[in-house]
Amino acid sequence: MNFVSPDFAPAYPEIFLLAMVCVVLLADLAWGEKKPYVAYLLSQITLFGCALITFGTSVPGIAHTFSGMFVDDTMADILKMLVYITVSTTLVYSRGYIAMRGMLSGEFFGLALFATLGMMVMISASHFLTLYLGLELLSLSLYAMVALRRDAPAATEAAIKFFVLGALASGFLLYGMSMVYGATGSLEVGRITEAIQAGVPSHAVLVVGLVFLVAGISFKLSAAPFHMWVPDVYQGAPTAVVLFIGAAPKLAAFGFVMRLLVEGMGAMSADWQGMLVILSVMSMMIGNLAAIVQSNIKRMLAYSTISHMGFVLLGFIAADGDGYSASMFYVVVYVLMTLGTFGIVMLLSRQGFEADRLDDYRGLNRRSPWYAFIMLLLMFSMAGIPPTVGIYAKLSVLQAVLGAGYIWLAVVAVLFSLVGAFYYLRIVKLMYFDEPETDTPILPEGDVKLLISANGLAILAFGFFPQTLMALCAYAIRQSV
Amino acid sequence: MLFGLPLLSLVIWLPILAGIGVLATGGDRNAQVARWCALAGSIAGLLVAIPLYTRFDPLSSAMQFEERSAWIEYFNIHYHLGVDGIAMPLILLNCFTTPLVVIAGWQVITQRVSQYMGAFLIMSGIVNGVFSSLDAILFYVFWEASLIPMFLIIGVWGGPNRVYAAIKFFLYTLLGSLLMLVAFIYLYQMSGGSFSIQDYHHLPLPLTPQILIFVAFLLAFAVKVPMWPVHTWLPDAHVEAPTGGSVVLAAILLKMGGYGFLRFSLPIVPDASHQLATLMIALSLVAVVYIGLVALVQADMKKLIAYSSVAHMGFVTLGFFLFNALGLEGAIVQMISHGFISGAMFLCVGVLYDRLHSRQIADYGGVANRMPVFAAFFMLFGMANSGLPGTSGFVGEFIIIMAAIQVDFWYGFLAATSLITGAAYTLWMYKRVVFGEVASPAVEALDDVNGREIAILAILAAAVLGMGLCPAPFTEVMHATVDELLAHVARSKL
Repeated sequence: MNFVSPDFAPAYPEIFLLAMVCVVLLADLAWGEKKPYVAYLLSQITLFGCALITFGTSVPGIAHTFSGMFVDDTMADILKMLVYITVSTTLVYSRGYIAMRGMLSGEFFGLALFATLGMMVMISASHFLTLYLGLELLSLSLYAMVALRRDAPAATEAAIKFFVLGALASGFLLYGMSMVYGATGSLEVGRITEAIQAGVPSHAVLVVGLVFLVAGISFKLSAAPFHMWVPDVYQGAPTAVVLFIGAAPKLAAFGFVMRLLVEGMGAMSADWQGMLVILSVMSMMIGNLAAIVQSNIKRMLAYSTISHMGFVLLGFIAADGDGYSASMFYVVVYVLMTLGTFGIVMLLSRQGFEADRLDDYRGLNRRSPWYAFIMLLLMFSMAGIPPTVGIYAKLSVLQAVLGAGYIWLAVVAVLFSLVGAFYYLRIVKLMYFDEPETDTPILPEGDVKLLISANGLAILAFGFFPQTLMALCAYAIRQSV
Repeated sequence: MLFGLPLLSLVIWLPILAGIGVLATGGDRNAQVARWCALAGSIAGLLVAIPLYTRFDPLSSAMQFEERSAWIEYFNIHYHLGVDGIAMPLILLNCFTTPLVVIAGWQVITQRVSQYMGAFLIMSGIVNGVFSSLDAILFYVFWEASLIPMFLIIGVWGGPNRVYAAIKFFLYTLLGSLLMLVAFIYLYQMSGGSFSIQDYHHLPLPLTPQILIFVAFLLAFAVKVPMWPVHTWLPDAHVEAPTGGSVVLAAILLKMGGYGFLRFSLPIVPDASHQLATLMIALSLVAVVYIGLVALVQADMKKLIAYSSVAHMGFVTLGFFLFNALGLEGAIVQMISHGFISGAMFLCVGVLYDRLHSRQIADYGGVANRMPVFAAFFMLFGMANSGLPGTSGFVGEFIIIMAAIQVDFWYGFLAATSLITGAAYTLWMYKRVVFGEVASPAVEALDDVNGREIAILAILAAAVLGMGLCPAPFTEVMHATVDELLAHVARSKL
């Protein structure tokens, strides 16, 4: 019996990240008391290093390793790069906020990097157990991040809700996976597809397994009716953590769905298409209708996330390459918008002031026309109004569902996006039409200012020239599926 | 091309860049700079639009000044511009209105001046984009983008109930246009992956899809025109908007709806248009007759003019669906004439409002005693609004009534009643506001129009009279296009 050493090359970024997390934690232990910024700087360097390694080791084609449990392909590389950029931006936006709340410590950055590792594993997994491993690494880090402020009852409550429901969803997933294993005799993505195509003895077992898988996925994607945790967690958790939960993990979740449903259960697309139609319509409905009555912006954005995930699912419903790239484009645009929006929320927060009520945005145009303008772009983009990039995200998914023949679904989607426009407009109304309640100056640090301006202008720039981003997403999907 | 420059791009982007420049002048300390920059930008916008008229070939029905380059290759979307005899006059109307609006807000707007002026300039460019896009998505982008500046103009500088009006305006328009987007994507699928409007014109379609597409387009355009019964946003928006906003809304934005019928509904789904023509004519006649009566009982001057706009735009849609050359040309003339007249009427109300801060007819009376020059201008525009021969208001309505009689006597008869109701509501309001004894000390203290206001009103008066006495320069550019459009609509696509 001889042992063949696996090819580590496709997993270099993950290995580097894991090593660096230890370095970050040790460095924080050594110097954290006096220089709390060390962990921050090391984290940014780590992400940059990961990006370099991912870029450097990127080869065309699909490379499997670890006995087919891990895969490195173009889609994985592109998604990982986007994850690094998103996490890095999140950390920049969060720095001031967490510093003011005594959270600027090695734990925050260590957990953030562990979560990033989890996302990378989710994106690169080609085996149900690896998928589950990545997902749990991400989720457990997130639970801990939400609870990081031990003295804040709201955050603790949010963490417990998040944990209990998250554990339930993980249970669903595992149960579904075990049924798929029972029906096909394998947990490896490629083998499952082969087994299903070759024909399985009991189709019913497979379908029941699929139902559980889809339920677990919807929880992680925060799609209705598995969305209950989202508003409470968004409201209770510190804004920096909300941004962390809301942005990068959605990219990973997209990769997760691609691996699990498209690559693993692709042969059963006819079965999951119908389930996704229901999830998508419910998400758009519940998300948009419930967002209207919120008075807390974080809660409102939570419901808006739910409705956006409904749109993301529209692309999967089409179940073809165009549909997946439309979904991917939507996710990327969504992440860009989420970063900017929560960036502004944190920008307006101060010591002891969260800027999470809608009324805190009154008269922002008077206080700072520039940030009001960026928020205006973000809101119109979320509502899908040109010339912002949001409209192209909606256009691509609508194109995909119409291409698949679901005219009624497209009509339902645009009607709900009309409802959505109302609450986004309300923010614009508060910022532009009302008088400010306070005239506290907004003084962000230099890099935050630069990055948030770039973020806002990117919404406009991609609105004028969406071609590059669309082509990138299409390329990622074409190379990998 | 003018000196090698892409003319239509210039007409779109020059005002937008000027608007960004005006925004960059910053806070109200630089208000005067912002005003002059805005005036310079709007006049430059008008100047670059003039070659569109002088170099236009009126004998050709093809698209002119065409520009085309790839934009979003992934969806085969092109930056494709071009104008024909229908779009070109509307672009000129828009470029002509913008400087007037800037001047009208010169003294009145004192808060956030740069944002106000910038919004109007940016909107002017966007609207030019609407009228010159030949790619459906490009059109949609401009169409939707025009909502943003208007939303802010109503909401920031509007009256007491401005928030309600602004959001109502936005959501009404968005409802229609989202379904239009679905129709575009459907046409994209049917045409095998093209967003070119001209491709859609030649795309054969069965009747059921045609009717569905017609309905989707109808919602978008009917809201914008606005047609009865989806007109209810207009009185609210007009009443709350600042004077400049009302002028642009009535003179320009409503025309986008009319233009949409000509560019999309009629040529893309001609069979559905024929099928549903009776319905469209009925809706138009309801607007003309019923909304005319509604206007009669208004106590608020702006509301009265808003309802009269709905009635006049009813003529436009009536003209479209008569399917004869007379009706179509009359409708286009009516659109342009309505642009001048409604703009002038709103400016006149604005002149009074700036002085007395009331739009209620009851608060006025005997204004002629204190403001004779103003009263004369107001008289002219009031007459034009009621369709007096010699003014532009007469030309369009008369042509459309003639065209309607050719189709069915009763259509013409019902449309012609507007000559009576129109005169009734306009002149009755005029009488109550301008004639009689001086009604109150406030009216007694009124000053007559100043040089700036005279300049705007005189320019508009010249336009109204010029078009009324000599409409040929306006109509001759559109003959070829209208004939081609009618020939196209007459061919079945089934």
